[in-house]
Amino acid sequence: MPFILILSGLLYMGFARKIHARIQKRYGPPFYQNIYDVIKLFSKREAAFHGGMFHFGPVLSLTGVIMALMFLPVGGKPLFSFQGDLFVLLYLMVIAPLGLALGAGNAENPLASVGIARALTLMLGYEIPFFIGVVPIIARYNTTQIAEIIHLQQMNGWNIVVFPISALASLIAVHAMLGNKPFDQPIAPHEIATGPLVEYGGKYLALLQLYQAGALLLTTGVVVDLFLGGSSNIWLFFVKTFIVYFVLLLIGEVLPRFRIGDAMRFFWKWPLAIAILGLFISILEGIK
Amino acid sequence: MTGLGRFGQLKSLWVTYFVTGCGGIELLPVITSRFDAERFGIITMATPRQSDVLVVSGFITVKTLRRIIRTYEQMHNPKYVVALGACTINGGIYWDSYSTADKLELYLPVDVYIAGCMPRPEAIFMGFGHLMAMIKDGKADGWKRYKENYEWYKKNQDKACGGGKKWRVRDV
Repeated sequence: MPFILILSGLLYMGFARKIHARIQKRYGPPFYQNIYDVIKLFSKREAAFHGGMFHFGPVLSLTGVIMALMFLPVGGKPLFSFQGDLFVLLYLMVIAPLGLALGAGNAENPLASVGIARALTLMLGYEIPFFIGVVPIIARYNTTQIAEIIHLQQMNGWNIVVFPISALASLIAVHAMLGNKPFDQPIAPHEIATGPLVEYGGKYLALLQLYQAGALLLTTGVVVDLFLGGSSNIWLFFVKTFIVYFVLLLIGEVLPRFRIGDAMRFFWKWPLAIAILGLFISILEGIK
Repeated sequence: MTGLGRFGQLKSLWVTYFVTGCGGIELLPVITSRFDAERFGIITMATPRQSDVLVVSGFITVKTLRRIIRTYEQMHNPKYVVALGACTINGGIYWDSYSTADKLELYLPVDVYIAGCMPRPEAIFMGFGHLMAMIKDGKADGWKRYKENYEWYKKNQDKACGGGKKWRVRDV
């Protein structure tokens, strides 16, 4: 199942390139272009050597994403499902960027260090509103099992309707998790030459592309499962994740990039305030 | 290289433009909305580590030749060189200047020449189509020639840039 998700994540990225091109009045590549790219990158013969951790980092990232995808309900019960798997999933989602940071930190390239610094700073920014946005769901339904949250949503209505304010805060955080436009400082190609990826090439870049594809479906999948009522079969899952991805992509395409300081200021001002507001409202509703 | 790998390579060529001489103006329409090279999977990459094709454009001074060689050596095999414009073939109108390196193929293995001063975007597309056909047939073997005849290339590079200097950092 994780491998199907990663493959479809590549196709989503291809659609994103196509949409990006159409917005710029270009024709754009075919939507399966990213699969060609991965085949090409795996056929490269060599890669630069920067120490063991540099080579281990992409593997760790991809492993983290595959592990996390095993906890994600995709149109049915996931591979692992138990009380508390929501926390495990949210922790595993952090492993992948940390693996990239470990690997790229060994790259002996100042641009890679700048990119990692930006990525981890941004992570501090978006993780807190996202978690506070998820807390009301756990408190209201008194469960931390994703499959059960989906089940309860199908009885009580989608969480985006029940907790609209918390959902808004979490969606802004997810926008940054996907690395969409106003929050793409970590890999800004025009400033720091793709940041953490700067020294990676060949097979390692292919692994990182697969990691990006998996992380894309992981984040949109978490949104679908927590806020949009989950999915009863895999096709519905793909439809819902694609709609989430498409809407966030269109928002991102028309916005310029924040500076990293401005992004942090934004995250600790607006999404955090919205998330805390949503938490208070759910507490008041709970008292009533 | 297997057939699948070659197929992937000709479908997705990632390019580093080395445009210190001239031709930057002619290359911009190639990647923007009028001609749109991304249709064929040709996109510009931010770093030479990630790219497959080095496009050297216009006249090459001795000073930039060092940077071109270092950029080429940072790229990962298999890699290709496309030389753009008349000046990379024999120096063009700068053939008798004291500071230009006239023939690029003395220093790097060129796979495709695109002649003209400057070639129009259509010519650049024809050149890339030629490169794709060469990759498909397995004829684009510049990186193999560079490996086999490295002593010869190194001798020429040292002659042009000055041997024993610190400019040569081979880290691939």
